[in-house]
Amino acid sequence: MAAYIGTPTSRIDGHAKVTGAAKYAAEFNAPGLAHASLVTSTITKGRIAKIDASEAMRVAGVIDVITHKNRPTMASRDKAYKDDVAAEGSPYRPLYDDEIKFNGQPVAVVVAADADIARFAASLVRVEYIEDPFVTDLLEQRDTAHEVERPSRPRGDAEAAFAAAEVRHEADYFIPTEYHNPMELFATTVTWEGDGKLTVYDKTQGVQNVQRYLVSVFGMKPDDLKVVSPYVGGAFGSGLRPQFQVALAVIAARALERSVRLVLTRPQMYGLSYRPATIEHLALGAKALGPLEAVMHEAIAQTSEYEDFNRNDVAWADQLYKCGNTRYSHKLAKLDVSTPSDMRAPGAASGVYALECAMDELAVALKMDPLQLRFVTYSDREQNADRPYSSKKLRECYRQGAAAFGWEKRNPEPRSMRDGSELVGWGMATGVWEALQMPLTVRIVMTANGHAEVSSATSDIGTGTYTIMAQVAADMLGLPIDNVSIKLGDSTLSESPVEGGSWLAASVANSIATTAEAIRKTLLGVTKTMPDSPLADAKPKDVMLADGKIVSKKDASRAIPIADVMRAGKLDRIDQKAAAPVKDDGKYARNTHSAVFVEVRVDEQIGVIRVTRVVSAAAAGRILNTKTAHSQLLGGVVWGIGMALHEETLTDHRFGRIMNANLGEYHMPVNADIYDINCFFVDEPDATINPMGIKGVGEIGIVGVAAAIANAVYHATGKRVRDLPITIDKLRRD
Amino acid sequence: MINFQYARPNEVADAVRQIAADPRARFIAGGTNLLDLMKSDVEQPSRLIDISRLPLKSVEETPDGGLRIGALVPNTDLAYHPLVESRYPLLASAIMAGASQQLRNMASTGGNLMQRTRCYYFYDIATPCNKREPGSGCSAIEGLNRMHAILGTSESCIAVYPSDMSIALAALEATVRVMGPGGERTMAFADFHRLPGDTPERDNNLEPNEIITAIELPPQGFAKNHSYLKIRDRLSYAFALVSVAAALEMDGEAVKEARLALGGVAHKPWRVEAAEAALAGQPANEASFAKAADIVLSGAKGFEHNAFKIDLARRAIIRTLTQAANGTPQSQSSKKIR
Amino acid sequence: MVRTIEATRPISESIPTPPKIKVSLKINGDLKQLQIAPWTSLLDLLRDTLDLTGTKKGCDHGQCGACTVLVDGRRVNSCLTLAVMKDGSEVTTIEGLMADGKLHALQQAFIDHDAFQCGYCTPGQICSAAGLLAEGKAHTAEEIRELMSGNICRCGAYPNIVAAIQQAMSAMGGNS
Repeated sequence: MAAYIGTPTSRIDGHAKVTGAAKYAAEFNAPGLAHASLVTSTITKGRIAKIDASEAMRVAGVIDVITHKNRPTMASRDKAYKDDVAAEGSPYRPLYDDEIKFNGQPVAVVVAADADIARFAASLVRVEYIEDPFVTDLLEQRDTAHEVERPSRPRGDAEAAFAAAEVRHEADYFIPTEYHNPMELFATTVTWEGDGKLTVYDKTQGVQNVQRYLVSVFGMKPDDLKVVSPYVGGAFGSGLRPQFQVALAVIAARALERSVRLVLTRPQMYGLSYRPATIEHLALGAKALGPLEAVMHEAIAQTSEYEDFNRNDVAWADQLYKCGNTRYSHKLAKLDVSTPSDMRAPGAASGVYALECAMDELAVALKMDPLQLRFVTYSDREQNADRPYSSKKLRECYRQGAAAFGWEKRNPEPRSMRDGSELVGWGMATGVWEALQMPLTVRIVMTANGHAEVSSATSDIGTGTYTIMAQVAADMLGLPIDNVSIKLGDSTLSESPVEGGSWLAASVANSIATTAEAIRKTLLGVTKTMPDSPLADAKPKDVMLADGKIVSKKDASRAIPIADVMRAGKLDRIDQKAAAPVKDDGKYARNTHSAVFVEVRVDEQIGVIRVTRVVSAAAAGRILNTKTAHSQLLGGVVWGIGMALHEETLTDHRFGRIMNANLGEYHMPVNADIYDINCFFVDEPDATINPMGIKGVGEIGIVGVAAAIANAVYHATGKRVRDLPITIDKLRRD
Repeated sequence: MINFQYARPNEVADAVRQIAADPRARFIAGGTNLLDLMKSDVEQPSRLIDISRLPLKSVEETPDGGLRIGALVPNTDLAYHPLVESRYPLLASAIMAGASQQLRNMASTGGNLMQRTRCYYFYDIATPCNKREPGSGCSAIEGLNRMHAILGTSESCIAVYPSDMSIALAALEATVRVMGPGGERTMAFADFHRLPGDTPERDNNLEPNEIITAIELPPQGFAKNHSYLKIRDRLSYAFALVSVAAALEMDGEAVKEARLALGGVAHKPWRVEAAEAALAGQPANEASFAKAADIVLSGAKGFEHNAFKIDLARRAIIRTLTQAANGTPQSQSSKKIR
Repeated sequence: MVRTIEATRPISESIPTPPKIKVSLKINGDLKQLQIAPWTSLLDLLRDTLDLTGTKKGCDHGQCGACTVLVDGRRVNSCLTLAVMKDGSEVTTIEGLMADGKLHALQQAFIDHDAFQCGYCTPGQICSAAGLLAEGKAHTAEEIRELMSGNICRCGAYPNIVAAIQQAMSAMGGNS
């Protein structure tokens, strides 16, 4: 039955991607397409006093300059701007009025015959502002932060237990603002279909989310606007909410009643969303052997003045470590910046970084091997609700990861391992993420010629959705994978949530199985009407679809070709739509886990850090595609390396402006930074979580990596750097 | 990018005439820096004079045994040129430490000398910058200055000249040949770039109506004992925090002659002849190298975020000189520091 | 709300855009006679005018490598190349790598090794790798890594990219 599931099937969209045939949002064309270019705010807070577009309008080829003064009508109520995954608050409205809320906010859209003209004309638009005082520095607003949630109820008396603990560790960790920086520039091409109908090609992780948002903001009829996004050049969370380029492109198209394309520049993308700068305060208490005595974790993250964005940074210890006394708190500091957003493993990438560095520091204080500390504090039950896991093979991750890495050869003493001029450091950390499933509807159209079209309005942001959908459908329908075609990234397809949180694989695969089951039932029903049917007595659970036949599970000789069944039933096609039920009665904790082991080499004199070896062992339920899932883990590790050593947004708080808003000075890893990375999954059957036992793999790869690197750097050098990224200057800091 | 005229002269003299006729015109060769700046509206030339087809692309030996490198020789061609690889490996190594292979394929030798600073404020036209807009103020002095200069700074500018290739050219005592309306002249490499002083808008001493035609290298290439060490925030494709070009002529265990130039620390390649002189005749050991480093860095001044560069430069100088003395130059593909 | 600004604007007041220049380029084997404004990058010419959208724009400033194409056999950043300056050149883009309907060895190797995820940097990676093979300077994994560092992959497929290039090197008879 599983001819494809669990195999290293190559991406079915691979050919399109290696030949340049795959089309991204800025690559769709339309007759008379106009090109838009943005003018963005150079102040951080205040009002637009005047926009002088007269010179821009004089440029030959300029069609219009659109500002808040002459834009088409937009909704006036906050609610109209709330998308499916909006943060609490009052969403930013592109080009709505004269108010400036953040530096880099769009203030005018210049539309011209071609992109060069639009860009030139945009440089001629003169904007005068009335500036207000502003604050963009989290450290300055730390004390004004307000508590937004209690992510997990307190247990025991953490303060008292911490005070009484034999061994204590307490410190602040810091994660700077980081940007997703997908390689594709955010872009939208709006094609004017006549009569006000629009097709919107957008870079997004949720075509239906964008569709609903636009319909609501512009008061359009749902049937008059469709959103299409077959390929997405990376997103990592940045495409979950509708971003301002899509609203601005639609504004221009509606104002001019023609097709318009807007491609943001890389610097303009720093006005979109990001992982918020966060201060993480950790306090851990322990005794020599046994569970932790106390865990206190407080996060203070930045958000915008207009929305409260927050994710669970602080309660991850509940998923990992046995402890009776915990206290968690999450605070937000409001700044004059754009709203942060989900970025790969939001909350966990930052919160678990701090937790796992603190655990390493605790192990040092306990004079205990950090891996041993993980074993002695290991929890088989999720602590907060005191419930079992649907599955948790974290012990296996530790064991297999440590074995693959050779952890037992580690000398615990910092600065004890050397190779010539380099100090060698070995560090480890734990990763954890949620295993979620969302309601999602799949449609399958199976034709008598043995072809199936499988569709849903989801997206493939590089995660491999196309391929796993085809694998699952091929297995469930008993077809060769080449006979399955996949459609996604189109808002008119059946209902799908945004693609994020690692929930898509479980959601779509189980729904394909459910829909295939409906098809099987339909086919079985027809077989009952066939004379001398070998399946006359069979119940739906007794049969499967395999090799183009409907066949008895018990006796493979009792089978009928699907084509024959369809002919008998006079069916040209079977068209089914179904959604797998999403059941979570709260009895089980649902998580993925990982263990990450890292070797760094640090030149003793100079301080250059190289991450020469990474082993990441993950437990993530059933793996649908061992090749693409491996790539997900690998990508997560590369992200962790960037987070640990490179990534940082530099804001000049005098101006409120991001000064490294580009790919030259916002450093992300390049090929030379990446050495040997060994990622693998440990076997983790899970009969509880969902029928197919799928947990999702998009986020787990990054979680824990930065901590393992920071811990390895400490082991190599004896220097503990708690504020990321760990750059050469920080190693020398007093 | 603003509207500009485009012209493509066929002869050097014609190119000079054209640039002399329009003070807002710029030469373009590889375009890797100029177009980047034009797209950021930092450079707004009225006219681009495309010199990429001028006959300045040859690498020839000079009668005195040196090398003449045409100003339009692409960076990769120069780095891979057999005479450069064999006789001036320090130059080849420094070139390969910079940018990416794509950019090195495009960038020209002369253009590299004209490369402008990567200072954040210079690039962002919404912020004050004396280099971009004289008199508007320097935002870096009290701003984000981790990448900035520690030597030769002024009250009006602390920008850094970002080239790698030029650091090697400075150490090798190259000569710059330039052509202007009045004919040809030569400049010692040390005289080509400027310190910011109170005219940071001027990066170098090339006159507005002059064109670089060639770089000449003297015969001595230090092929045996040299090294280029570049330290940056990731292992490739990033500008230097500090880089060191070291070239030695050894006499047994002692240094006979030394050359030392630093990148990433000043508005020009930083070379202190007194430090080189102090090495001459000294044993090639850490004490001698440390002494030279201290001379080079005397007068270094750190700002809020870049003071670390002083100690880093000191360590890097000692290390690079050690590599050079040992005949184990830093590899640009292996990231382990030798 | 259709606007008719174009029609009402007095011609005399308008700021002209640069006159187009006649340029001939051989793109993926086809000789093209084009009229190009001087400020148009080779990248924008390919994507916006010729609809060769396989070449990608990731930064437009030579900082990511997504726009890498081969000009006269050498890999360059098409975003920092003015199209008019390449008059008479041969340009090869990702669309021109297939021969006789068959994938180039690099294209196949990228699929085999899952050397991409979102696919956006991929054409640039493949063209860059084609340039690297032609240069013949990279022999070890270390050298491949360094000479491929001008192509950023945010999905983090680097080890798979190196493996794919090594496979193509052996397939094409090069040393690896």
